[in-house]
Amino acid sequence: MSLSVALAGNPNSGKTTLFNVLTGTNQFVGNWPGVTVEKKEGKYKGDKEVKITDLPGVYSLSPYTLEEVVAREFLLNEKVDVILNIIDGSNLERNLYLTTQLLELGIPVVVVVNMLDIIEKRGDIIEYNRLSQELGCPVLPISALKNKGIQEVMTKIKEVAFQPYKLKNIYNKEINEILDIFKSLLVDKVDTTRTLFYSIKLLERDNKIISALNLDIDETQIIALEKKYDDDSESIITNIRYSYITNIMKTCYKKGSTEKLSISDKIDKVVTHRILALPIFAFVMWLVYYLSVNTVGSIATDFVNDNIFSDGFELFGMFIPSIPEFITNALEVIGCAAWLQGLIVDGIIGGVGAVLGFVPQMLVLFLLLAFLEDCGYMARIAFIMDRIFRKFGLSGKSFIPMLIGTGCGVPGIMASRTIESDRDRKMTIITTTFIPCSAKLPIIALIAGALFNGASWVAPSAYFLGIGAIIISGIILKKTKMFAGEPSPFVMEMPVYHLPRIKNVLRSMWERGWSFIKKAGTIILLSTIIIWFLQSFGFENGSLTMVEDMNHSFLAMIGQTFAWIFTPLGWGEWKAAVASITGLVAKENVVMTFGQLYGFAEVAEDGAEIWSTLATSFTMLSAYSFLAFNLLCAPCFAAIGAIKREMNNKKWTIFAITYQCIFAYIIALIIYQIGNLIFKGIFGIGTIVAIVLLMSMIYLLIRPIKENNKWEVEFSVK
Amino acid sequence: MTLKEVKVGRSVIVKKLIGQGATKRRIMDMGITKGVEIYVRKVAPLGDPVEVTVRGYELSLRKADAAMIEVE
Repeated sequence: MSLSVALAGNPNSGKTTLFNVLTGTNQFVGNWPGVTVEKKEGKYKGDKEVKITDLPGVYSLSPYTLEEVVAREFLLNEKVDVILNIIDGSNLERNLYLTTQLLELGIPVVVVVNMLDIIEKRGDIIEYNRLSQELGCPVLPISALKNKGIQEVMTKIKEVAFQPYKLKNIYNKEINEILDIFKSLLVDKVDTTRTLFYSIKLLERDNKIISALNLDIDETQIIALEKKYDDDSESIITNIRYSYITNIMKTCYKKGSTEKLSISDKIDKVVTHRILALPIFAFVMWLVYYLSVNTVGSIATDFVNDNIFSDGFELFGMFIPSIPEFITNALEVIGCAAWLQGLIVDGIIGGVGAVLGFVPQMLVLFLLLAFLEDCGYMARIAFIMDRIFRKFGLSGKSFIPMLIGTGCGVPGIMASRTIESDRDRKMTIITTTFIPCSAKLPIIALIAGALFNGASWVAPSAYFLGIGAIIISGIILKKTKMFAGEPSPFVMEMPVYHLPRIKNVLRSMWERGWSFIKKAGTIILLSTIIIWFLQSFGFENGSLTMVEDMNHSFLAMIGQTFAWIFTPLGWGEWKAAVASITGLVAKENVVMTFGQLYGFAEVAEDGAEIWSTLATSFTMLSAYSFLAFNLLCAPCFAAIGAIKREMNNKKWTIFAITYQCIFAYIIALIIYQIGNLIFKGIFGIGTIVAIVLLMSMIYLLIRPIKENNKWEVEFSVK
Repeated sequence: MTLKEVKVGRSVIVKKLIGQGATKRRIMDMGITKGVEIYVRKVAPLGDPVEVTVRGYELSLRKADAAMIEVE
């Protein structure tokens, strides 16, 4: 008979390790519908009839974070036969808090106590039998890391499933009297096993549940209770839970005699030391960047780009042609039509190859991130950087995506996964690509070389522009209705440092990498094909054909039709518009496209051949405005794919891209128009618009925050 | 006195939690309830947030939130 087990527990309780041990490779990783929370399901290794769902790590079933809403909704509304509650034995007291809530759901619970090695090392003693009696459910010790006690757990789960189940009620007579009143209201509304849980939620005045149940609650009893205890009902319940746990701890738990500093404490003393913390942080960040962007990652990525996808390479003295070369030859042999060959080689392989080239770099980065997360340093990064970043509505952990973003926006965006708060994560995803990535450097070099005589301030100014864009966007978005509310939570556990498990780190790396590769096969593939079609087809000599000269392509026609949009920015010339569009495939294409449009078959990376031509069609101001627009507008398709992957929501993806484009347009407009006013004294309609936009931007920056402290997630009762 | 004003290295007992709403609930969920002992371990290099030991584990919270916790 099939059995559905929900694995629940606090973050850092070893839940992932246990899940991996239980399911092995029988896992399916996806997302919970509509949210950016990861969902993992799997089948038990020893019995495929047992389905295990790994719930997000939560501290409580009161919805505070998105993870908690998701976990609670799953437990209440889906078919769950047994809850497997994993507890960190070295942190029993707080872990049991969630257990007290799980025991009220009306679902059989099996508690497993993990981290036996730490407990033993400390000399602590847990009386499992007594704990089991107190909680009224089986309690078993396991070591997820060493794969100990797992079989017994499974036997126990099968034993308690479908058995009559007795609810744990820890409340006194006074509170139970009120709960009974609520229970009578719930008779036809919810499943009979769930009435205790729901009646407590009604007592706590849980808005989501009350509106989902569509009930009118008589609050006189609650108010009387609150008066008596001099506290709100929610706090009264929490206090009862914790005093219940404190009592259990007295009888079931004996603290070891060793009171000396643990290794973790010693590490922490140095790593978050008041003076040493920042240099250490800078060093760790440099190392992450160096390994993933500068050395290992980029060597691997260059190999993929230059050899596998471009020139071919030698292996054991044998020449292996690159994929495009190989396919071209194969297609020629079978006599494939030129256009189809172009589509396959230049369009599909070229486009997707440009994207897949990022994969090795991303894998290195994900490996490092998984290591930082697993060992406990990631939480310290948030601790160290929180003060700076929360001012712009971002999380301390936003630093990592932005740092990585200077190398490549794609892994940068994917790195935002480590941020817990949904709101901070979305904000980080939207702003990360404002930082110039390495593919944007050729554009900077082109503009600096062609119009600023290679002035050394141009490149740094591009970075300041990016940082400024992040800060301004952070502050403006934070005050909008979508993001408004209390600053995101920073009541955060600082997990104990430990050496990560290699298996877990590798698995996490692979899952993240794979989800990006899948994206490359869909949205990115489609977009690159469309752009390829537009730039290689057009009317030449009066007929629709594959064009030799890009000037005759459809893309050129589109550029000519829409170039006027960019006139207020100072570069209404269609060539610039076309170059910007091809930048969507990969930003370094901007330089290449200019080269082709000005009649050069191939140009150097910084486009030195076209500097003089470019200098005649741009002024300094229009060139800088062009640069600003291209740095800030929608990133390349690969990054857009990453945004879509991480947002996991069409609306938010569209919002992010639209926001970036509009923001880029406004900034470029302000630079050009106000620059013209200051340096050339030109005043026109454009100047007025720019001033109005600048003023509105300043207003949006300084206006007071509207209070809206609910980050709403709908909740339903089935 | 609130937790915000407690010096690093001192232990205090929670008297009451002021305020309401989600942040208060979160603080309580994490184990900061009436009568519990809190040890202030350290302040972040930039002066905020603070790290405390409560119920045997390390918790960090912002000073603004620490001001919601009355201690003695």
